[in-house]
Amino acid sequence: MENFINFLVDDFFVTGEPLIYGAMVSMALVSIAIVFVLTYFKKWGYLWREWLTTVDHKKIGIMYIIAAIAMLFRGGVDGLMMRIQLTLPGMEFLDSQHYNEVFTTHGTIMIIFMAMPFLIGLMNYIIPLQIGARDVAFPFLNAVSFWSFAFGALLFNISFVIGGSPDAGWTNYAPMAGENLNPGPSQNYYLMGLQVAGIGTLATGINFLVTILKMRAPGMKMMRLPIFTWSSLITSIIIVFAFPILTVALALMTVDRIFGSHFFTLTGEGMPMMWANLFWLWGHPEVYIVILPAFGIFSEVISTFARKQLFGYKAMVISMVIIAGLSFVVWVHHFFTMGSGAAVNSFFSVTTMLIAVPTGVKIFNWLGTMYKGRIRFDTPMLWSLAFIPCFVIGGVTGVMLAMAAADYQYHNTYFLVAHFHYVLIAGTVFGCFAGLTFWYPKMFGHKMNEKLGKISFWFFMIGFNVCFLPMYFLGFAGMPRRTYTIEPEWMPLSVTASVGAALMAIGFAVFVYNIYYSFRYSPRETQGDAWDGRALEWATTTPVPYYNFATVPKIEGPEAYWIMKSKGETTYDKEKVEPIHMPSDSGIPFIMMAFMFVGSFGLVWEWIWMAIAGLIGVLVCMFIRSFDYDDGFHVSVEEIKETEEKARGGEK
Amino acid sequence: MSSEHSEGFPKKHIVGFIASIVLTIVAAWAALSSGLPTPWIITAIMVLAVIQACIQLFMFMHMTETDSGGIQVGNMLQAFFVAAVVVAGSIWTMSFGYSHNHDGGGNDAEMENHEDMDH
Ligand code: HEM
Ligand SMILES: [Cu+2]
Repeated sequence: MENFINFLVDDFFVTGEPLIYGAMVSMALVSIAIVFVLTYFKKWGYLWREWLTTVDHKKIGIMYIIAAIAMLFRGGVDGLMMRIQLTLPGMEFLDSQHYNEVFTTHGTIMIIFMAMPFLIGLMNYIIPLQIGARDVAFPFLNAVSFWSFAFGALLFNISFVIGGSPDAGWTNYAPMAGENLNPGPSQNYYLMGLQVAGIGTLATGINFLVTILKMRAPGMKMMRLPIFTWSSLITSIIIVFAFPILTVALALMTVDRIFGSHFFTLTGEGMPMMWANLFWLWGHPEVYIVILPAFGIFSEVISTFARKQLFGYKAMVISMVIIAGLSFVVWVHHFFTMGSGAAVNSFFSVTTMLIAVPTGVKIFNWLGTMYKGRIRFDTPMLWSLAFIPCFVIGGVTGVMLAMAAADYQYHNTYFLVAHFHYVLIAGTVFGCFAGLTFWYPKMFGHKMNEKLGKISFWFFMIGFNVCFLPMYFLGFAGMPRRTYTIEPEWMPLSVTASVGAALMAIGFAVFVYNIYYSFRYSPRETQGDAWDGRALEWATTTPVPYYNFATVPKIEGPEAYWIMKSKGETTYDKEKVEPIHMPSDSGIPFIMMAFMFVGSFGLVWEWIWMAIAGLIGVLVCMFIRSFDYDDGFHVSVEEIKETEEKARGGEK
Repeated sequence: MSSEHSEGFPKKHIVGFIASIVLTIVAAWAALSSGLPTPWIITAIMVLAVIQACIQLFMFMHMTETDSGGIQVGNMLQAFFVAAVVVAGSIWTMSFGYSHNHDGGGNDAEMENHEDMDH
């Protein structure tokens, strides 16, 4: 018994850190509050029926987005803690170990558990609507994807109170992350958290690839697809080919750590640099996975608010196809300093600079779209407009980094930190905010408040530049990345950066408050087309019925809805309504991934019995599913008519 | 999306299943305890991997029962491209021109290394 208590205090729970005690208490309080509210309002059944078992792509999309915003909060708090520590020389807010943990969880959470899920959430909601489908190709698998992401994120996030956070950077380089230098459960959290979430991402890639290729409405030819759908298609292809590399790399390192093999170890003829190699073979395609859908969002928004058809649609598509290929042959630019020979480094310098070309083409597409447009400056458009110059700064400094010889100077300095935040925040985060505000009325039946939206935009955008522009110069001044104290000479720029971070935090807070405020006070949408939209998602009513389209329209050209509007067509043709075949809900995805969580938790602690138990649970769920011949159900014509008439009562 | 449950014994699947397990065991044996010279082991594993991939594609992935040939061809080409990049690219970056010579280092040492590799 005493042993057990010692284990709990010394190893299991993280003890001795006031900040973490605070987090523990607040987590416990929030959990109790949630349980209380659900019980008090008798919402457990509702939660299970409507959300935990759903296979509806729209609800899954919304759950993704909510989780991503929560993760943006967690990652943002990590970012702020780092900024506090780096504001002044000699700060004692975080010690070096804690700082290492914080930048590791910050980077990992932002990329894996924030950026990707946010975009996948938007894809989930919008893609089937844009192509005229009633759900994704594999709705059950879609639910599996979501729950694997959710439980993977949970696993990764509990590490800081149970067992300790990983601390080898989001890149988790060997040998630093190996068993020798880093014993204990913390690195295993990284490996298993990403592994579990990665299953879901891979499944999502397959799902959307098939959905976009196979589920298009009649007449929706490939070159008539909305550009966001195109960008998601390319993203899915990259996911399908890149994620297996990560899966293998993670598995090899897990075997190294838990079962004592020597793939990446220093001893036993392991090759630590092979980890870096495999990691970036996945990692570079990954950065395109989180930027391409954002490009698609900006294209939709810019064309809608400039009230013009997208300029150079074909060029856009071709550049994305080229990017999909090139993104697999640039990975070595992340470790030019490893010491490969001149041939290797030159080759990857050239490919890296090449990939800037199709990216540059797209900038001109956006500018061309706005040229002579009658631009409206609503919040989604503001995010998109700010994106262009900020992203150009990020892109140009990226080309600077691409020159191998010069990279020996920039490598692992704040110059790099500035660069990737300029592309990730101005690209991905602005894109997510633009997309969410743009599609918000479709999802929730009301717009986000414009005034609050603009306030949050200005705070966030100015704060972002104030925070990260100085970091380029800190890099020139020699400030290394992943350092927990600063030299006095870096102080002025560091203070500036921290002020910027505070402004961003205010911007984010206003954004979240805006969600609440709009829920309470925004006028409700009476029809489906909130922004005078052009693509098919705006043809549906708001709220979108769960079967999406009562009658699937015949697509006659690009910008399907624009054409329908000019002809007065809708997605409800009384004469043509037929029973609609829909998939049934299922609790298996949730339960299966809960078992996966238990098993992975066992592996993290190297409790093999628990890992095996979890695995058996997963296999049983798969078995049950294999013999489940539920083919879904049909929505009756009467129900469709009733729903549509009610939803369309407001129109005319 | 009503799926047809085809009657009869799933012969193809069983054969594919057994073949894929056998291939995996042979590969593991080749690597662990065959005692062959390294180049032979690598060649053998590569050959087995290609056979394995074909079995997966034809026995389980319904490669031949499809009406969307163009898409399949595109996907397969991309798959081969990525597989080649991963294997050949890793070998190239991790061995050629990589200077193991840490005392003195510098360009000369690297040039020498190159020559070692080329011959
Ligand atoms: C909310 C505002 C943000 C602030 C204040 C912030 C701040 C920082 C700081 C100070 C570092 C670390 C530096 C170091 O010691 O090397 C860092 C690293 C990093 N950040 Fe952010 N960041 C923010 C948002 C983001 C976003 C939105 C993303 C991605 C979508 C992101 C991705 C990363 C990554 C990948 C790293 C590298 C982590 C590592 O070194 O392993 N950050 N950030
Ligand atoms: Cu890269």
